[in-house]
Amino acid sequence: MLKVHRDICGYCGCCVSVCPEGALELIDAYLCIEKNCTSCGVCAKVCPLGALEVADEK
Amino acid sequence: MKNKYDVLVIGGGPAGAIAAKTAVEKGLSACIVEKRPAIGAPVRCAEGIGKEALHEFIEPNPRWISAEMTGAAIVAPDGFLMKLESKFAGNKVGYILDRKFFDRELVWRAAEAGADVAVKSRASAPIMENGCVKGAKIESCGQITKVSAGVVIAADGVESKFSRWCGIDTTVPVREIMSSVQYLMADIDIDAHTTVFYLGNEIAPEGYLWIFPKGERCANVGIGISGKKSGEGHRAKDYLDRFVKKTFPQGKAIECIAGGVSVCQPLDCTVADGLIIAGDAARVVDPLTGGGIYNGMYTGRLAAEVASECIEKCDVSKTALMKYDKTWRASKMGKAIERNYHIKEYLIRQPDTKLNEIIHSVSKLNLSDFTTLSLIKEIIRVNPKLMLELGTLAASIR
Repeated sequence: MLKVHRDICGYCGCCVSVCPEGALELIDAYLCIEKNCTSCGVCAKVCPLGALEVADEK
Repeated sequence: MKNKYDVLVIGGGPAGAIAAKTAVEKGLSACIVEKRPAIGAPVRCAEGIGKEALHEFIEPNPRWISAEMTGAAIVAPDGFLMKLESKFAGNKVGYILDRKFFDRELVWRAAEAGADVAVKSRASAPIMENGCVKGAKIESCGQITKVSAGVVIAADGVESKFSRWCGIDTTVPVREIMSSVQYLMADIDIDAHTTVFYLGNEIAPEGYLWIFPKGERCANVGIGISGKKSGEGHRAKDYLDRFVKKTFPQGKAIECIAGGVSVCQPLDCTVADGLIIAGDAARVVDPLTGGGIYNGMYTGRLAAEVASECIEKCDVSKTALMKYDKTWRASKMGKAIERNYHIKEYLIRQPDTKLNEIIHSVSKLNLSDFTTLSLIKEIIRVNPKLMLELGTLAASIR
């Protein structure tokens, strides 16, 4: 499951542009993750600040 | 905000502002919707623009120009510095803008010309009829307004969603997103009129690191690295922090911003029925330099010009709007994107040793000016192999 570390996120939209599912949206300073996210982790890789993490589901 | 406009512009950056201004000057009604509460902030940009490029749209004004540039320098991976000076000493070649005020000025001018502006207002869905874009649902402070439009211009930036909702795949390939971070640094020793570019796989893999002066002892110090090269422990911020610690240990960051810059090919098609895509949303950033302000303004203006013609002829079909797509591709800007894309593809594949060799060889030449194109010409002259890589495109460089 994709997790946003909101204290790290710079709400820049870099992740939104690479999401193959179109599952991310930047609403002003808030990054939204939609239901169709597949936790592929592409966004977590490109994030310039390291604000995204694919966490194990428990 | 009304319920109906000839042209609805999504996004209040340079592309959207120029699009709206052009539309109202053509006698159309237009509205800019900006999702953020303020035009111009937060900045997502290194803020550099060429002198002539800026003059094409607006006369420079000290209110939104931070610094004037007279020279540039490229630092090779081995630390060798190649200085490029303007032909005439002191001649301005470019500006570092203050985007917070620049963007405001452009939107202000659009508003003065007659465009409506709505901030903190987000396009949350297109209004579609038989596959044609007819407007957008606009969310503003908890209220949803249906706004119909003759043509929608999507100028919603790198994080663009609007055209995707209309069925166009706008995904940027991971290797072609520049994962970027920038500090506005104060109290640093710099040449206040020279931009500096650092190249190399150690310093900025498949990208570059920049120092763009904002005044005396103050500069945008930033970096873009390929998304492919980014990951835990080696992100853009890690690279930049390492550089800053070494180069400006006493400097103070007074602003920290992140961003994504696309260096891919533009979208396959930048129009649809009732829709035109402009600026970063159309992926028309220069793939070599990462510059997008001029390209945004150029496509914004053209989008409104074509929208105006098509609205007048009562035909806003994709076929009619294709004039926009064809025109920008054939323009100087379109050709530069195509050419620079291939040069970028060549350069990112070179090891540091080759980059050193290229920069050393070019530095021995007496460059009379240093537009990107003249620099490329010289690089090719000393590296004829690049000519083969460029294939048919090479003709456009000679």
